[in-house]
Amino acid sequence: MTSTDQQPFLSIKDLKVHFSTEDGTVKAVDGLSFDLMRGKTLGIVGESGSGKSVTNLTILGLHNPDSTTVEGSIELDGEELNGASDKTLEKLRGNKMSMIFQDALASLSPYHTIGTQIGEVYRKHTGASKKVARARAIEMLTRVGIPQPDVRVDDYPHQFSGGMRQRAMIAMALVCDPELLIADEPTTALDVTVQAQIMDLLKDLQKEFGTAIIFITHDLGVIADIADDVLVMYGGRCVERGPKEEVLRTPQHPYTWGLLGSMPSLDGPVDVPLNPIPGSPPSLLNPPSGCRFHPRCAFVEKVEGGRCSTERPLLEIVDGRGKACHLTDDQRREFFADLAASKAH
Amino acid sequence: MLRFLVRRFIGAAITLLIISAITFMLFYAVPRDPARIACGKVCTPETLEVIRHNMGISDPLPVQYWHWLEAIFVGRDYSGFGHCDAPCLGYSFVNREPVLATVWDRFPTTASLAIGSSVVFLIFGIGTGMLAAVKQGKALDKIASSGSLIASSMQIYFVGPVALYFLVYQTHLLDQPSYTPFSENPGAWFNGLLVPWLVLALIWTANYTRMTRSQLVESLTEDYVRTARAKGLSRRNVFFRFAWRGAMGPIVTIFGLDMGVLLGGAMITEKTFSLQGLGMLSVKSVFSNDLPMLLGVMVITAAFVVFSNIIVDACYALIDPRIRLA
Repeated sequence: MTSTDQQPFLSIKDLKVHFSTEDGTVKAVDGLSFDLMRGKTLGIVGESGSGKSVTNLTILGLHNPDSTTVEGSIELDGEELNGASDKTLEKLRGNKMSMIFQDALASLSPYHTIGTQIGEVYRKHTGASKKVARARAIEMLTRVGIPQPDVRVDDYPHQFSGGMRQRAMIAMALVCDPELLIADEPTTALDVTVQAQIMDLLKDLQKEFGTAIIFITHDLGVIADIADDVLVMYGGRCVERGPKEEVLRTPQHPYTWGLLGSMPSLDGPVDVPLNPIPGSPPSLLNPPSGCRFHPRCAFVEKVEGGRCSTERPLLEIVDGRGKACHLTDDQRREFFADLAASKAH
Repeated sequence: MLRFLVRRFIGAAITLLIISAITFMLFYAVPRDPARIACGKVCTPETLEVIRHNMGISDPLPVQYWHWLEAIFVGRDYSGFGHCDAPCLGYSFVNREPVLATVWDRFPTTASLAIGSSVVFLIFGIGTGMLAAVKQGKALDKIASSGSLIASSMQIYFVGPVALYFLVYQTHLLDQPSYTPFSENPGAWFNGLLVPWLVLALIWTANYTRMTRSQLVESLTEDYVRTARAKGLSRRNVFFRFAWRGAMGPIVTIFGLDMGVLLGGAMITEKTFSLQGLGMLSVKSVFSNDLPMLLGVMVITAAFVVFSNIIVDACYALIDPRIRLA
């Protein structure tokens, strides 16, 4: 390994994304930092409105510049993207970094054939002829497992099934062999079998090309399958992050406990009721003071001096593992053991 | 495609049949006897009967209607006029001119007015609408939006004379409106119609500005537009190939209907600028109880609306591959 391989491929530092709306400023992302190495997968988990999608649209520069202010640094392979020109970003998008969107039917143009839509990315970034781009589109469709790719290449999205559309979307995102792939809930709308196939496909492609992947989801099962590292977002901030095994086995933040507790377990008894997190995600227009999770947290009383509602817990990261919570390590161990015990019964 | 055309043409024929039948009946609801008017001051019952017979209005209503329909396909013999070849729409009660020839004579004026002004309002309406959508919420958008609201609330009989006064009589910038056939002198054709085009277009432009803006504002927020940006395509490319493509369908639909209406004659515009088009012809036939002429104009105008609708639906299928014609 050369020394450049030790550098993070994508480095986000203290990212703040604020929208101005008629009602005030929405702090969609409020001080988020993370690094991503080549060939690794970062899973970002959180409820709707936690800022995960906004973060990734901002990386690609797809936010509305008129109503959005972006602060902080987004460095891709040493190049600062925050404040970069349209031209610079257009050269990177679809090429060095690309994105798979959630709803493939809405995200593919109904007016152009699948082949045109895949081919035009290739033509834009390589200057290839229509003929070459078409051949490339067929090659990509083959790679993502579309049957009869030389025929289906001339189909329109509405002639594809849901799973095939998602594959076409992936083919489109990968046509220029991107080094960073952002997948925004790419499997949410699909049934489990197709979901598994698509996850395998992404893993194979990552192995082949060493792509760095950001995988956004609210499904911890998917995270367990694909991620190397996990970042849990709540109210526009990171509340916990670390290697997948550690976050899933020994979660340290009450919000992560809640997420895990609200998941059905396959090997546990069937009649155990699910434990949803009480309350609803915070308003980002008037976010709660202190720790943004405190109005929904069961352990607020355990922290002395009411610090949860007054003081923002800092995210301390040691060896890539960290959490933003005022509970002491002893308290955390005790409460988590209690929770695990109550779930087992 | 063939099935679509056959189905739509049958539908069109039925529509036209119903329209002509209704016009026929309405005409007889008016308590005026065209034969009595044609007969003049000194009128014996015998002459009146002869005139009735020559006009073809002595038969019962359904028989008359049948004769009228028959004439379109096989022609008709008129005592006093001789034979009228198919397609025959009869002769005017008022000046004895053949209806079809009169309509064809007036049609170029109406068509020139409709096509010329629609070129103007499409260019300006869609252009302004696009600018307003791109500059959404900014000064330019506000000017375009409020300007189009003002323009669309104007009336031709107001704007027309005002434009004539300032552009023609006071400043002599433009020519006095008149119709010269294009084949005769294209320059005179253009100059003579420029003022009516601009005035008619001013009012229609506003509709297209507002429609284009709202359609584009909507399609610019579509997910596939965002995807196109995420692929690295330029703003311009995304705007025209993706957002505009999505906005186009409804605009084409409305334009097809508008074009059908315009080809039926813009009465007020024709009156304002003293142009002899289909609009004036139909107004005149109503007031002079000229049934054959009125029927002819009505059916031909209705045919424009019906056929432009069929063309629009076919165009829609070209724009949007999700629509299949059947």
